[in-house]
Amino acid sequence: MSSTIAAARPSPETRISPVFRFAMLLPGGLVTFFLILFALGLVVFLAFRGNDGSLLGVGLTSRNFVTVATDPLYWTVTLRSLVIAGLVTLATVVTAYPVAYYLAFHAGRRRNLLLFLVTLPFWTSYLLRVFAWKIVLAYNGVLNSAFIETGLWSEPTLAFLNTPAAVVVTLAHAYAPFAILPIYVALDTIPKSLLEAASDLGARPFTSFRRVVLPNSMPGVLAAALVVFVPTVGDYVTPAMVGGPASTMIGTLIQSQFGKANDWPFGAALSVCVMLVILCVVLVARGADRRFGSRT
Amino acid sequence: MSARADTNNDGRWLGLYVLGYLVFLYLPVLLIPLFSFNNSIQAAFPLQGFTLEWYRTLYGSPALSGALANSLVIGVIAASGATLCGITVSYMDLYGRSPLAATISAIARLPILIPGVIVGISLLILVNLIGLGPSRVSIVLGHILVALPTTVVVMRSRFAAIPKTIREAALDLGASDWTTFRRVMLPLSAPAVLSAFMLSFLISFDEFIVVFFLAGTEPTLPLYIWSQLRFPRSLPTVMALGTVILAVSFIIAGTAEVLRHRGLGTARRNPA
Repeated sequence: MSSTIAAARPSPETRISPVFRFAMLLPGGLVTFFLILFALGLVVFLAFRGNDGSLLGVGLTSRNFVTVATDPLYWTVTLRSLVIAGLVTLATVVTAYPVAYYLAFHAGRRRNLLLFLVTLPFWTSYLLRVFAWKIVLAYNGVLNSAFIETGLWSEPTLAFLNTPAAVVVTLAHAYAPFAILPIYVALDTIPKSLLEAASDLGARPFTSFRRVVLPNSMPGVLAAALVVFVPTVGDYVTPAMVGGPASTMIGTLIQSQFGKANDWPFGAALSVCVMLVILCVVLVARGADRRFGSRT
Repeated sequence: MSARADTNNDGRWLGLYVLGYLVFLYLPVLLIPLFSFNNSIQAAFPLQGFTLEWYRTLYGSPALSGALANSLVIGVIAASGATLCGITVSYMDLYGRSPLAATISAIARLPILIPGVIVGISLLILVNLIGLGPSRVSIVLGHILVALPTTVVVMRSRFAAIPKTIREAALDLGASDWTTFRRVMLPLSAPAVLSAFMLSFLISFDEFIVVFFLAGTEPTLPLYIWSQLRFPRSLPTVMALGTVILAVSFIIAGTAEVLRHRGLGTARRNPA
């Protein structure tokens, strides 16, 4: 009966009116094609132009990329950005995993409240979170006054602020909530029967964690790594506030090309390089996902 | 028996760890309200005594209220734009059955993979090219872009949670696409719409990395804070401002969270 009705009428999916389709695709289409694809295309185009002070530069040249590739400064800064972002990613993912694990398997009725508490700091001003670390680490800051108060040191030290380590700690704190959610979602979707099967077959808790839970949560871990790595590798605020000159990152260089240095084509070339690096990281993560994860 | 005791034990240790993690997460942030009431220019222990002086200076600053008004207006417009895009993009992705809709949805989530500094400079080039220049309109465009992945993800999961049969029933009963969308699908996802709007408003309100490139002569609140952070004298006032922002953000984020759960609850109570 129902099949004859379905056959008699066109399926709902096939009769979307063109006007409705156009109206619904318009806002998203404008934003994605114009603001994202076209704007990124402009960056790539500009990267191959020479700087003459005009908006889109002149000529067609690969000089910008040659400079990036041959000047050791850019290698140093890029490498430093990768190391800092890598350390931040490692730190956030490793510290977030147990929290996500607790949320998925032990939190019970407190789960929603905990999820809320964990994500809440993310919704507070990023500048202020970074600034808070400046208060903690500064010469007359919280950490120094605490140490002096307790008599561990006799005078304050400059050793905390303006170091790459300060950048790593601050960024790890700022991006911590990013890492928890993807891992939690991955852990939460592991069928409980899988864990029961493992323990029924005699696997001890650690073995079943290593052989069942960890591989199954790898997609979440990789997603977490990616959402932490991408914003940190291009960050320029945190290095400026707590990093000092020794922790200039690639984002700082890009920003100065569009500011003080005023060489937009070169800044665009640096941006293209960063996007290529991120592309590589994404591809590696994809490959790792295929290799370790998705074993279902 | 012993396995059960083991997991309970694990749970307790993990619980302690989570507690410590939350302390690490909140302690630096809570220093800001603490020092905002401290009667000293320097943010250092020991505390010097309670004062509301810094809040009083907040009250009479025209530069601050200008920046606040800017941020509010930009936040509301950008959040409306991002929510509109999030609704339409995810609706068409799920029900449009066209490769174009799927492509748009995929690109809309792409900004997650682009660092803010590159989003900022690409838009800076674009708005200069089309003659807009750094301005409030440019900031709105930038914030729509930054908030877009969030609104698409929120709306997509909400639309996907609505049983397919509801939409099919509406269409079979003769409702047009537009009516089905407006009278059936949109009301059913109202909590998610509100939560997407609030989240994108918060994103816009706190956003600094992109706005830094796109702002003209009228700063937003984060830009104002950034400009004040350079002067040690104004730090306590910045912390008072930060405390107010923290409190308001907590309230908005909390409301968005409650709405999201209420929405999911309705979905669960009306299974297919």
